Amino acid sequence: MNAADPHATDPRTGTSRVKRGLADMLKGGVIMDVVTPEQARIAEEAGAVAVMALERVPADIRAQGGVARMSDPDMIDGIVETVSIPVMAKARIGHFVEAQVLASLGVDYIDESEVLTPADEAHHIDKWRFDVPFVCGATNLGEALRRLAEGAAMIRSKGEAGTGNVVEATRHMRAIAGEIRRLATMDETELYAAAKEHRAPVELVRECAETGRLPVVLFTAGGIATPADAAMMMQLGADGVFVGSGIFKSGNPEQRARAIVEATTHFEDPGVVAKVSRGLGEAMVGINLDTLPEDEKYAARGW
Amino acid sequence: MSASFVPERWIPGERLTGAPVVPRPGPDAPVVGVLSLQGDVIEHLRVLRRVGAHAVQVKSAPQLEGVDALVLPGGESTTIGKLLVRFDLLSPLQARIADGLPVLGTCAGMILLSDELDQVEEQPLVGGLRVRTRRNAFGRQQDSFDARIEVMGIDGGPMDVAFIRAPRVVAVLDPTVEVLARVEDAPVVVRQGAIWATAFHPEVTGDDRLHAAFVATVPPR
Repeated sequence: MNAADPHATDPRTGTSRVKRGLADMLKGGVIMDVVTPEQARIAEEAGAVAVMALERVPADIRAQGGVARMSDPDMIDGIVETVSIPVMAKARIGHFVEAQVLASLGVDYIDESEVLTPADEAHHIDKWRFDVPFVCGATNLGEALRRLAEGAAMIRSKGEAGTGNVVEATRHMRAIAGEIRRLATMDETELYAAAKEHRAPVELVRECAETGRLPVVLFTAGGIATPADAAMMMQLGADGVFVGSGIFKSGNPEQRARAIVEATTHFEDPGVVAKVSRGLGEAMVGINLDTLPEDEKYAARGW
Repeated sequence: MSASFVPERWIPGERLTGAPVVPRPGPDAPVVGVLSLQGDVIEHLRVLRRVGAHAVQVKSAPQLEGVDALVLPGGESTTIGKLLVRFDLLSPLQARIADGLPVLGTCAGMILLSDELDQVEEQPLVGGLRVRTRRNAFGRQQDSFDARIEVMGIDGGPMDVAFIRAPRVVAVLDPTVEVLARVEDAPVVVRQGAIWATAFHPEVTGDDRLHAAFVATVPPR
């Protein structure tokens, strides 16, 4: 027995629902920074839910300095052709033409990222103009809601990329969660004042207060280097994990990538986290944040 | 072991102040598991609770033993397949499906339930559904779309659904597979006995009718 003549009516691309929906499908997963098709293959093999294509991992951007920009389209094409999982790529904050180029290459998500050198010191990209969804970094609730107001479909904590130090990601995850919990205790009058304080639209502030959560998926990023780091972020309320330099700057990328994936799935089971943490070899060296000059902190980029 | 004794922990998506109030299932409500290795688990749990099932997460073989039916959620099929293998869930799951366990797969779940994929690369599959499926068959994310679609057996007008990097069936390999909906002539909802699969996500739109129809077929406890 076959369906008579059903058909999809009124198909619409680029809706908020399909933009936010792709992020929903990534939940409980790990998104890995890769700079070559070979690394992308390793990430996919390890069980990554998506890869982030970029020219240099944040640790190298830090070490080498200079202006960090969107990757070469040839390099992105190479990765898109290599893997079957979603491919994300980074555009500079405010650089809407880099975003247009990435969209034309068919990337599945654009990260408007503070890891690259900002191209506009006042304005982020107007993300509503795009059919491709955007993920943006945030250090607190107000910043997350401002990015949503501009059309972001997914939020990640900024952390401090390229340091291998999870302390800033912890700070940002706790800030966002704590600020939402405080909103939930407020009455309507107080929400207007809270919106002013957070410098965010009152409608979005009210939605967080009512639902007790961000209206979109919240991943964590910036400094995750070990399976235990990933599991801790998940217990702090992350929906999933971005790992940048932590994998391919470590001694054994294949095994570490796989271990972080498994720890993210079983984040509430210390037995699994312990098991996958054994014999991983050298983690990336890492940087202590109190020795990092203020002007080298990426989390302060974006407004 | 009854699945109702599996502790309900916080899960991704259920963040911060916890779960919204949902109807409590009756004592006879079927226990429907959602495979919770990766993907949009919470969306399925919420729909299942709204349609009266006792919805629980399934992350391990003992948890799988306690369920009367199972949903394979949306997510990344390669990731979920690998995790099924690594955490020794693939064989027990295949055995239960062969034994007649009602299963519903959406998007990645449809891919995992398929016996064959239209691709060269190998990836772990659960199988059981006699179809050949193509991943990302409608294109990349920019081609993802919302639509309204008529599904046979679902009354009350077209369903409101989302196709997100969606697969579709390219070949039905057995006459016992019923095609319940098509887009561009390709099957996007199929059913083979107790195995149901959709290329789209009914769980992200608030249209609970397909889940209700699926749960209604689960034998009472």
